[in-house]
Amino acid sequence: MSDVVMAEIRKDYLYHLVLKGERADGRRFDEYREIVLETGTIRKADGSAHVRLGKTRVLVGVKIQPGEPFADTPNKGVIITNAELVPLASPNFEPGPPNEVGIELARVVDRGVRESGAIDLPSLCITPAEKVWIVFIDVHVLDDCGNLMDASSLGAIAALMTAKVPAAQYGLGEDYPLPVRDVPVATTAVEFGDAIIFDPDTDEESVADTKLTVITTADGSVCGMQKSGPGFLSQDKIYRIVDIACERAKEIREKFLEV
Amino acid sequence: MIGMEEKLSFFKDGLRLDGRRPDELRPIKIEVGVLARADGSCYIEMGDNKVIAAVYGPREVHPRHLQEVTRAIVRYRYNMASFSVEERKRPGPDRRSYEVSKVSREALEPVILTSYFPRSVVDIFVEVLQADAGTRTAGINAASVALADAGIPMKSLISSCAAGKVDGEIVLDPMKAEDNFGEADVPIAMTPGGDVTLLQMDGRMTGDEFRRALELAKEGCQQIYEVQRRVLVDRYGTIGGPGSCDAAEAEEEI
Repeated sequence: MSDVVMAEIRKDYLYHLVLKGERADGRRFDEYREIVLETGTIRKADGSAHVRLGKTRVLVGVKIQPGEPFADTPNKGVIITNAELVPLASPNFEPGPPNEVGIELARVVDRGVRESGAIDLPSLCITPAEKVWIVFIDVHVLDDCGNLMDASSLGAIAALMTAKVPAAQYGLGEDYPLPVRDVPVATTAVEFGDAIIFDPDTDEESVADTKLTVITTADGSVCGMQKSGPGFLSQDKIYRIVDIACERAKEIREKFLEV
Repeated sequence: MIGMEEKLSFFKDGLRLDGRRPDELRPIKIEVGVLARADGSCYIEMGDNKVIAAVYGPREVHPRHLQEVTRAIVRYRYNMASFSVEERKRPGPDRRSYEVSKVSREALEPVILTSYFPRSVVDIFVEVLQADAGTRTAGINAASVALADAGIPMKSLISSCAAGKVDGEIVLDPMKAEDNFGEADVPIAMTPGGDVTLLQMDGRMTGDEFRRALELAKEGCQQIYEVQRRVLVDRYGTIGGPGSCDAAEAEEEI
């Protein structure tokens, strides 16, 4: 019961701040927390990135191995994305197989990489119908202080952009950089008290009924979207989120993901 | 899916492969109360999709630790029959169906008056018997009608359909061929008032194309809503009759 009471008190507090045009940590509604991106942190991985988004910390590792292609795409490499919400990262995470939140996170990160065409999959074919490169993207959440979608997506593309295909290790020629052709960036907003708030922290996520993640590509197109959480969104708010998401993504791309 | 290597033409004389206009839904058939044991049920056909939904509850929560003291919880299980798709699907939930279940539940939960039934659960089970692109939207449409059939108090029905981009053109309710080789897919669900409760997108669209897709899907939802409403009125008589409950009144009582 105390959880319920605390949630109500917190909701009330944040709601009143929003009415005054404020957020608990003093940010503007469309302002991101500080982003610190470090790549190549894990030597054993073929590509890796450590993302700090405020206090949220996510480590993404990329492993690239030869394997069998899917039967319906014999000439294309394979992307497999996983997300682990390990219990070290939050009192709300439990050990065990991924729950639906983890699965959704992995699938949204995957959607950005896949639908943007960021990885040139045909170039990852080694022997058609037999052997292709399989790109494993593993998202390891270390500290959940909100907005895992954006932090994980940023980590994934940053890790891919610095990844090397370990060809030498498998006797397939020299190592070469993974060909990356686009830079998808995810931008997430929540709505409450009629305000749209970007880059929500855990408290803001917990009081908002719904959030919307918009993934955009370098040319400003949208390549993925996910509304998450029970709640309504009006058409106008959706359009506003998409518009601001494009701007924010551009800033993030210019600052951290210049090729 | 951006696989355009098998170049197909999706339009002939401005019409689609199955003869539809770009802004036309596939034929829809809805039947309500099709299952004997369930508290509410609905069978829907949207084009070649055949989906059945059942609602049980409000009933006791098992396992008990899941129960909420202030409201009912809602569970939604989307499941595809192994024979519903071209190649046999391994039975049981996979990652896709976990995600579909989550977003579908979240599409319906906001209209269910869960605070009427603390410590209980409303279970929604959706079985896809035949799939032809758009099964999650068909499932949500069926589940919404099944909830009403079960007598679960709701603020409104939810209607759902997708818009897509095929050969550069925005189309309503893509079928399998269009979904497989099209450039984008945007499934949505909304209330009759136009509040969006499901929104996903994959593929590639400009901001303007997305707006057109959302607008088109909205029109589709309105048409589907009329069918859902008519089916329920046919079965249960006119809305506003004795024993009915106005959504606005219901809101106030909470």
